[in-house]
Amino acid sequence: MLGVENKENMNIVIVGHVDHGKSTIIGRLLSDTNSLPKGKLEQVKETCRRNSKPFEYAFLLDALKDEQAQGITIDSARCFFKTKKRNYIIIDAPGHIEFLKNMITGASSADAALLVIDASEGIQENSRRHGYMLSLLGIKQIAVLINKMDIIDYEEKKYNKIVNEYKSFLKKIDIKTEIFLPISGFYGDNVVNKSDRTKWYKNFTVLEVLDNFNAGKTALENAFRMPVQDIYKFTNNGDNRRIIAGTVESGKLKVGDEIVFYPSGKKSKVKSLEVFNAEPPETVSAGESVGFTLKDQIYVKRGELAVIHEQEKPKVTSRIKVNMFWLSKDPMIIDKEYLLKINTAKVFAKIEKINKIIDASTLEDFEKNEIERHDVAECILKLERAIAFNLANEIISISRFVIIDNYEISGGGIITEALEDKQSWVRDKILLRNYKWEISEITNDERAEKYNQKATLILITGKKDVGKKNLAKALEYQLFKDGKIVYFLGIGNVLYGIDADIKGMMNNKENVEHLRRLAEVSNILLDAGIILIVTAVELTQNDLELIKATINTDRIETIWIGDEITSDIHVDLHLPVIKSEEDTVNKIKNLLQEKGIIFKPF
Amino acid sequence: MNHLRKLENKSIFIIREAYSQFKNLCALWSIGKDSTVILWLIRKAFFGHVPIPLVHIDTSFKIPEMIQYRDRLALEWNLNMIYGINKDALKKKDTFPDKNVSRLQCCKNLKTEALKNTLNGTWARYRFNHDTKKYEIDKNNEPYTGVILGVRADEEGSRSKERYFSPRDRYNDWILEDQPPEFWNQYKTDFAPGTHVRIHPLLDWTELNIWEYIELEKIPTVSLYYNMGDGKRYRSLGCWPCTSPVESDAKNVKEIIEELRTGRFSNIAERSGREQDKEDMGGLEQLRRDGYM
Repeated sequence: MLGVENKENMNIVIVGHVDHGKSTIIGRLLSDTNSLPKGKLEQVKETCRRNSKPFEYAFLLDALKDEQAQGITIDSARCFFKTKKRNYIIIDAPGHIEFLKNMITGASSADAALLVIDASEGIQENSRRHGYMLSLLGIKQIAVLINKMDIIDYEEKKYNKIVNEYKSFLKKIDIKTEIFLPISGFYGDNVVNKSDRTKWYKNFTVLEVLDNFNAGKTALENAFRMPVQDIYKFTNNGDNRRIIAGTVESGKLKVGDEIVFYPSGKKSKVKSLEVFNAEPPETVSAGESVGFTLKDQIYVKRGELAVIHEQEKPKVTSRIKVNMFWLSKDPMIIDKEYLLKINTAKVFAKIEKINKIIDASTLEDFEKNEIERHDVAECILKLERAIAFNLANEIISISRFVIIDNYEISGGGIITEALEDKQSWVRDKILLRNYKWEISEITNDERAEKYNQKATLILITGKKDVGKKNLAKALEYQLFKDGKIVYFLGIGNVLYGIDADIKGMMNNKENVEHLRRLAEVSNILLDAGIILIVTAVELTQNDLELIKATINTDRIETIWIGDEITSDIHVDLHLPVIKSEEDTVNKIKNLLQEKGIIFKPF
Repeated sequence: MNHLRKLENKSIFIIREAYSQFKNLCALWSIGKDSTVILWLIRKAFFGHVPIPLVHIDTSFKIPEMIQYRDRLALEWNLNMIYGINKDALKKKDTFPDKNVSRLQCCKNLKTEALKNTLNGTWARYRFNHDTKKYEIDKNNEPYTGVILGVRADEEGSRSKERYFSPRDRYNDWILEDQPPEFWNQYKTDFAPGTHVRIHPLLDWTELNIWEYIELEKIPTVSLYYNMGDGKRYRSLGCWPCTSPVESDAKNVKEIIEELRTGRFSNIAERSGREQDKEDMGGLEQLRRDGYM
């Protein structure tokens, strides 16, 4: 039987200072391994002849007209080539300083790197900068190619001088490589074939070095981590599955595992692993794009990090210490709001403090109050809300973030430390409560079936004195008459009891605490399967988010009473005026029926 | 994990990312092998569902079997199937088969223009009605802000410069120098009004990978790809006046894989049977700048 070809794939990035000969080396590799399409070489030679330019291997890569006109590689092109051992994708990262972002793009997907230094020019700014970036991007396998050996007459002494100088630089940035090669891309020395002109060099050719690299290791040995990418519920053809989807970054998962989602701290058990066109697997592991359903109907959002309960917890905070680089023309400045994306989470972020700027080519520190293009900085970022992650030295793939400015990815970095923040106390409470929560043997679905209703929080909001309380009571009574298990939680019931210690202080901080307590009480009642009615004055979207984060169900219906919605909240139902209570109650009942919370009578 | 599963997982991640971040997302389905693999990956990503519309650009010169295959799968897989067409150019006979314009201009008229105006909703979109089994004009003419495409980097020069998420500005221009960086699974999903983003989940796949995957997953394909007894098969599908088959004995997917592995075609470009490429000296670049896929 004809199986799948089992050769491994490896991504290699090639970096170095402009004009140090990267494209020539790739052209030579492709040509000497017969990896070019028929007629391509002749076609390029013919183009050169017509343009009265001497032929160079680099032109092979310049498949684009514009690029040839400009004479520099401006984007990370991919070239395919294979040896007996592997299929390679060579990512050509440009050397021109303006195109550092493309170098990072190219290098971030690579398993190993070739760094090119021109023997006649020696170590240049970008030779060091690219070396530093490789270390920041976490690429540990690096071979240094001393190119254009023909120009220095293949002299061992001159070669050794460059090698020693660069080795001492690499040592400072924690890169340990012993792989240095004297080559000439132009004449092909030590690229694919061993050269007679460097008899003093006894080691491998570039091709052999590539085959000796190790393919990227999977992170199987680590704890389970999966950033939630999305939650799917496609109701087509009676499909009732509610699937949590994402790509496993590390570890393994199986049915029955107890999962905790961070930063919310909500937990449940894996009910099933979902797939299409295959048998459901026993386990899923790092690198797989997967989906699973949960035993309990808990409210989980994109951006949360799924972790196995018994395993090591991730860090959760809204203040982080980072090492980062900046790519955009406009510098990153203090007090400006940026978007930070980490895994599937997206939050607003500001610089709290720039600890230092590091010159990537000289490794000197200096102080600045902004991060300019191509700078590498150590700073503290303050986030709008908490995120879940691990530190760079724990699990690198979930410690990496990018910064968006004006719709563009403008910078990126790794988190080196989780710092304390102001909301730690609230968050820690919810985290601990969810962590310690006793999940009942009776599932939400079982309760729903027994009570003929789905536990739901009905939030009635709007301006003061528009009749919210009376409406809530009328709704409670009507649902009760219909046989529903329903409760109206009056604000007074909370304020003078649970809130007795903070009542009358109600500043911003106490207000948040009041909402937290209200949400905690609601959470217990909802867990019992009740339809709960609560009223509140002019709830904001932020308030709603806090309530959502606190309660363990995604069934919240918000209703705004009054002509005009005066806060930023997104509501499910807007009722401009209460004509008659009966009419309004019926409208709300309709909403509940449409959403399947209570049944529509036949 | 073998290399096909690796490719599959990354592509699924990209498709899910697009679905989560773009409100008006569609996938282009040319009926060819690559975009059919995309369609399959969408079903995998969403556990059997296809929650986004599939858009096909009909030139009226497609090989008839391709259209039959399209409508058969639309029905079987319950697809939200949409096609767009340049009715005006066809009426005026501004086409190459009518001998009125060059091949390149014909591509521009029937594909590029039709695509541009179908995506932005200027021209009518024809949507498959699953009850009547007929196409009717779609009421929705909101522009698509995200378009999933089956472009691969190994096809030819200009495509190897692509990104997974590649923004086009409102005039569909492709600003090569200004492509946003992509790293650590973070893509350009935030964009200014007026731009749309092309999403390329198959960028790292090769022609061989596509066939290996079709075999692995048993994905149904058009018979035009196979030698049906005349010693010829199509390696790349397009309009009949500008597409010619290659000589081949391969009668099924396995034999195609074998044929590709022996390196029989290793020195012949996959699109060598596509005549319009030869007129565009830059290897499709001019066409692509104008919005060709």
